[in-house]
Amino acid sequence: MMTVVFGIFLLTLLVITAVAIVKEENLFTSVMLTGIFSLLMAANFFILDAADVALTEAAIGAGISTVLLLGALALTPRFERKGRTGRWLALFVVSLTTLVVMYATFEKPRLGDPNAPVHQHVAPWYLEQTPLLIDIPNVVTAVLGSYRAYDTLGEVIVVLTAGIGVLFVLGLPGAVGDRKREDLATGRTYLSHHLVPQVVGRLLIPFILLFAFYVQFHGEYGPGGGFQAGAIFAAAIILYALIEGEREALTVITPRMLMWMMSGGALLYGGVGIVTMLLGGNFLEYSVLAANPVTGQQLGIIVIELGVGITVAGVLLAIFHAFAARGR
Amino acid sequence: MELLGLYNYWVFAVLLMVGFYAVIARPNMIKKLLGLSIFQAAVFLLYITMDKVEGGTAPIIQKGVVDAIYSNPLPQVLILTAIVVGISTTALGLALVVRIYEAYGTIEEDETQQLDMQQSDSHK
Repeated sequence: MMTVVFGIFLLTLLVITAVAIVKEENLFTSVMLTGIFSLLMAANFFILDAADVALTEAAIGAGISTVLLLGALALTPRFERKGRTGRWLALFVVSLTTLVVMYATFEKPRLGDPNAPVHQHVAPWYLEQTPLLIDIPNVVTAVLGSYRAYDTLGEVIVVLTAGIGVLFVLGLPGAVGDRKREDLATGRTYLSHHLVPQVVGRLLIPFILLFAFYVQFHGEYGPGGGFQAGAIFAAAIILYALIEGEREALTVITPRMLMWMMSGGALLYGGVGIVTMLLGGNFLEYSVLAANPVTGQQLGIIVIELGVGITVAGVLLAIFHAFAARGR
Repeated sequence: MELLGLYNYWVFAVLLMVGFYAVIARPNMIKKLLGLSIFQAAVFLLYITMDKVEGGTAPIIQKGVVDAIYSNPLPQVLILTAIVVGISTTALGLALVVRIYEAYGTIEEDETQQLDMQQSDSHK
C-alpha cells in the first residue's frame, strides 16, 4: 500500500516536471529539469521492480544526457524565442489523443496483475530455464546476453552508428597527441579554479571507476552489465574532463583510443559469434565455447558484456568530446 | 481503489502527449528534442509498468528460495538497451542542431524554413 502511494506521488511529480520542461522558455532550466525528470523516472522503475533499468536510467538519463544537452546548449542560444502562445489546434489534438489513450487503458490489465497476457508468453520459460541452462542469478542479464543476443548485438551496432554519425557531423576531437604538453596545460580548464569541486571530484573519480568495473563484472549476479558500466565509466572520465579540462582528459584516453574502443567492443561481440560458428555452433551459440555447455554460456555472456561496455563507454566519451571540442 | 491500478497508464498517456506537444507546437529545435525524449520516456514507463507482478521482486534468482515471485525480465531487457540507444540518437540530433545553428544562425524551425525559401527564390 505504501509503495502504491509513493509510486503515485512520484508519477505525479513526473508529470509536473514534464509540463515544466515544455513550458519553460529558458532552455538551461529545461535541461536541468530533464535531470530531475530522469531521476524521478529511475526511482519509478525501481518501485516497479526493474533494478537494472533503474540503474541504467540513473547513469544515462540523470548523468550523461544532462552533460550532453549542456554541451549542445553551450553552442546554441540559451533562450527560446518568445513567440505566439496560442497553439490551440496542437493543444486540442494533444488533449483529444490523451483522452482516447486513457479510454483505451480501461481495457488494460491492472498494475501487477499476475494473469496479464504479458506474463504468460516467454517470461515463465526464461525464469524456469535460466538456472538450468545458464545458471546465473540475474535473469535480465541472461536474456540480454544469451537468449536475445542478436537483438543486443543490433543495439550495440545502433549505438556505434549514432556515435559515428555524431563524429561525422561535428568532426573528430582534436588530435591532442600532436601538441606539446605545456600547450595543453595553458588550455581552458573548466573548474580548475574552483577548489571544492576539484577536491571532491578528484576523491570521487577512483571510486566511480571502481564502481563501473564492479557493475561490469558483477552484472551476472546483481543489477548491472555492459550498458550501465559503460555509462558509469564514461561519467567518471567526463567528471575528470570537467575538473581538469577537456584537453587533459583527451591525453588520458586519446582520440585514437576512443576510435578503437568504439569499434573494438562491437568487434569483440561479433567476434564471439564468429568463434562459436568456427567451433561448430550457430552464431552466438555460447554452449560450444567450453566442454560444459553451462560454463560456455557464462563465458560467452561475460565476453559480450565486456564488448558492450567498451563500445558504450567509447561512444559516449567520443560524443562528449565532439561537443566539448566544438566549443573551444 | 481498482482504478488506481491504471494510474501508471494514465501518466503514460499524459507524458506521451506532453512530449508530443513540444514536438509539434514549439519551433525551437532543442525543445523539440527534449519533447522527443519525454515521449520516449513515456514509452519506457509503459513497458516497465507491464513487467510488475503483485508481490514480486526484481528477477534475480536466489538459490534456496522456493516459490518466489519475479517480475517479467523481458520488458526490462528491451528498455535497458532502448535507454542507451535513446541517448545516442538524441546526441546525433543535438549534433545536427549545432550544425544547423552554425549554418543558419538560428534554431527556430520557422526561421530556418524562411531562410531556405529566400535562398531558393534568389536562385530562380
